Amino acid sequence: MVEGHTQASSTEKPAARAGRHAGPLRQFGSNLLTTPREFRDALIRHGKPTSDRARSQTVFSNFFLHILSVRMHRHSLKSATTLGLGVATFVLFVILCLTGVLLMVYYKPSVDQAYDSMLDIMHVVPTGAFIRNVHRWSAHAMVACVFLHMARAFYTSAYKRPRQFNWVVGMGLFVLTLGLSFTGYLLPWDQLAFWAVTIGANIAQSPQELTDALGVTGVFDPGRMQKELLLGAHYVGQEALIRFYVLHVIVLPVITCVLIAVHFWRIRKDGGLVRPASADAAPEADGFRGAQAPRRAAPAPLKTYGLMGLMQGRTPAVNREMRNTVPTWPNALYVIGAATMLTVLAMLVLGYAYDAPLKEMANPAVPENPAKAPWYFLGLQELVSYSAFMGGVGIPAIVVLGIALVPFLDREKEDAGVWFSGPRGRRVTALSAALAAAAVVGMLWFTVRFGWLRNWEATAHVPQIVVTLFNPGTVYVALFALWSIGVVRATGSTRMGAIALFTCFLVGFVILTYFATVHRGPNWDFYWTHSEWPVH
Amino acid sequence: MSETRVSFPESQRFAPPETRRDFLGLAAAWSAVAAFVMAMLGALRLPMPSVFPESNSQVKLGRPEAFLKGTPSYFPQHRLWVFRDEGGLHAISSVCTHLGCIAERGEDGKFKCPCHGSVFGPDGALLGGPAPKGLVWVELTVSPEETLVADTLKAVPAGTVLKA
Ligand code: FES
Repeated sequence: MVEGHTQASSTEKPAARAGRHAGPLRQFGSNLLTTPREFRDALIRHGKPTSDRARSQTVFSNFFLHILSVRMHRHSLKSATTLGLGVATFVLFVILCLTGVLLMVYYKPSVDQAYDSMLDIMHVVPTGAFIRNVHRWSAHAMVACVFLHMARAFYTSAYKRPRQFNWVVGMGLFVLTLGLSFTGYLLPWDQLAFWAVTIGANIAQSPQELTDALGVTGVFDPGRMQKELLLGAHYVGQEALIRFYVLHVIVLPVITCVLIAVHFWRIRKDGGLVRPASADAAPEADGFRGAQAPRRAAPAPLKTYGLMGLMQGRTPAVNREMRNTVPTWPNALYVIGAATMLTVLAMLVLGYAYDAPLKEMANPAVPENPAKAPWYFLGLQELVSYSAFMGGVGIPAIVVLGIALVPFLDREKEDAGVWFSGPRGRRVTALSAALAAAAVVGMLWFTVRFGWLRNWEATAHVPQIVVTLFNPGTVYVALFALWSIGVVRATGSTRMGAIALFTCFLVGFVILTYFATVHRGPNWDFYWTHSEWPVH
Repeated sequence: MSETRVSFPESQRFAPPETRRDFLGLAAAWSAVAAFVMAMLGALRLPMPSVFPESNSQVKLGRPEAFLKGTPSYFPQHRLWVFRDEGGLHAISSVCTHLGCIAERGEDGKFKCPCHGSVFGPDGALLGGPAPKGLVWVELTVSPEETLVADTLKAVPAGTVLKA
């Protein structure tokens, strides 16, 4: 204890004081000898973490660990609770920051040099290709983990009071992750980058589809404003490259860091991870360390808690919750460490085994055919191939907003922390998944076989506004919305309605993404496999 | 008067709302908010470009007589097709109005976009696909030194031709 040390030094024995006069050099020598120990005591202000008390101190007196509570509920540490997805996402973000800074050492954000510097990184820079591979695969993995993490939080009702706000923060992080990924996509300045971003920038302009239909584009043109803000020009060029670079390396990462801090802090303030009522039943023997009730009388607590901090639960749980918690050190650190190492290992293996793609240098005169966006945008690209505005702006906005508002629309308190909220929820999930799969696959088959409004004699010349409002994308959204309203009425539960809607969107997203990735080829035509693509 | 006031408990002395102070406080808070919003908008003004790198959108295409009936010419770097017919000259941009890919002109004179399959007629009219409107006709002029000049950022109504 540091208090102990200071006390000891202020009440020195007279003999020691005499010794100081006798030999300041001696004193210096002994100071020098004891410096390592003094330094360690200054750094770590507690004994070995062998008692519960010392374990608690280990956590709350360490800057990096104090984001964790000193004790955690057993339930939070079981791998089935979170699947480690939150930790994995954060670890991927850290990997991306580190490898990103390394890449910045060689990358030059100029249209004349960007592609050459990419070639240098891939072929000349020591470990350059490996670092770039890890960066690229971690970016993909981070998007995937964010999706899965969101699904986990949703299906275990982790968005419910008091965690509503943290769910909204999570949605913000989700959008930021996609933004980071999209801005990074342009930087290699190859054909794929150039044309995917050209499409993206024109999606930003697509509100013109609406304003044109209303005839107000001349006076009110948010589409043009967005595109110009993004590109700084009319076409993707030097201005756009610099803007994307600035967003990618500083603006978005800084905002992401702030939101991550808020996200973590709120987990603590909202009472840790969500857990079902059953998790507070009698403790089982599950091998966590320091879990047993202390044999001797526990030392008086060194930290006091405000009453509000203790009273957040629905019922005052005297003794019960305490009994089901285990010291964070070392139990939680083992779990977090395992998730971290698994994530890092997976990225290292991927980066070693697979090279990140790099196409020919960007050529503004010849479009890449097909010009596919990164995989997580391909579902949207499929919708965009009917209406740029609906597929690229309208429907994503509806979905993101709808999901962000879920905690405020569904406030039922039952069964938080239970996967799918129990057997009824599992049934609703399965039914909704089947319905969404049937609807999306059926609609895809229909459009591939028969086309859509513009391909038919009678409707070939309908005004654009009709296509904007009535296309496969809007049909999906309307169908899913109707279905979940039906579920709410049939079950009398908003939670079931939320499950129905979320499942429909999730399944629709997965199928559309798969379809556009595998079955769309040149001219956005349908092909069963890549090998059927015409050679050109 | 003052006697009665002193007899109030300390905590209640400040209880009645002092509307004037409230008003001043709120006014201060809201003007701070307004100042912050204006500052943010002002900061956002910087990345809104007023001059574009393509500001020189006038491109020289050659002598007008060089363009013959029946043989359209393509300028890949300007993404521009130039045609001559009975009426005169006109130029059509090959930039797809859907999401900005380059539509290719086929044997039959129709334009097809490789990205999501929009189809346009020989005159740029929309025939099918997700594009919201036909290909853009751009303004043609003849410069004093008898050169055909196109303004790639200036659209003209379809059907406008230049007699030259
Ligand atoms: S960009 Fe031409 S069809 Fe989409």
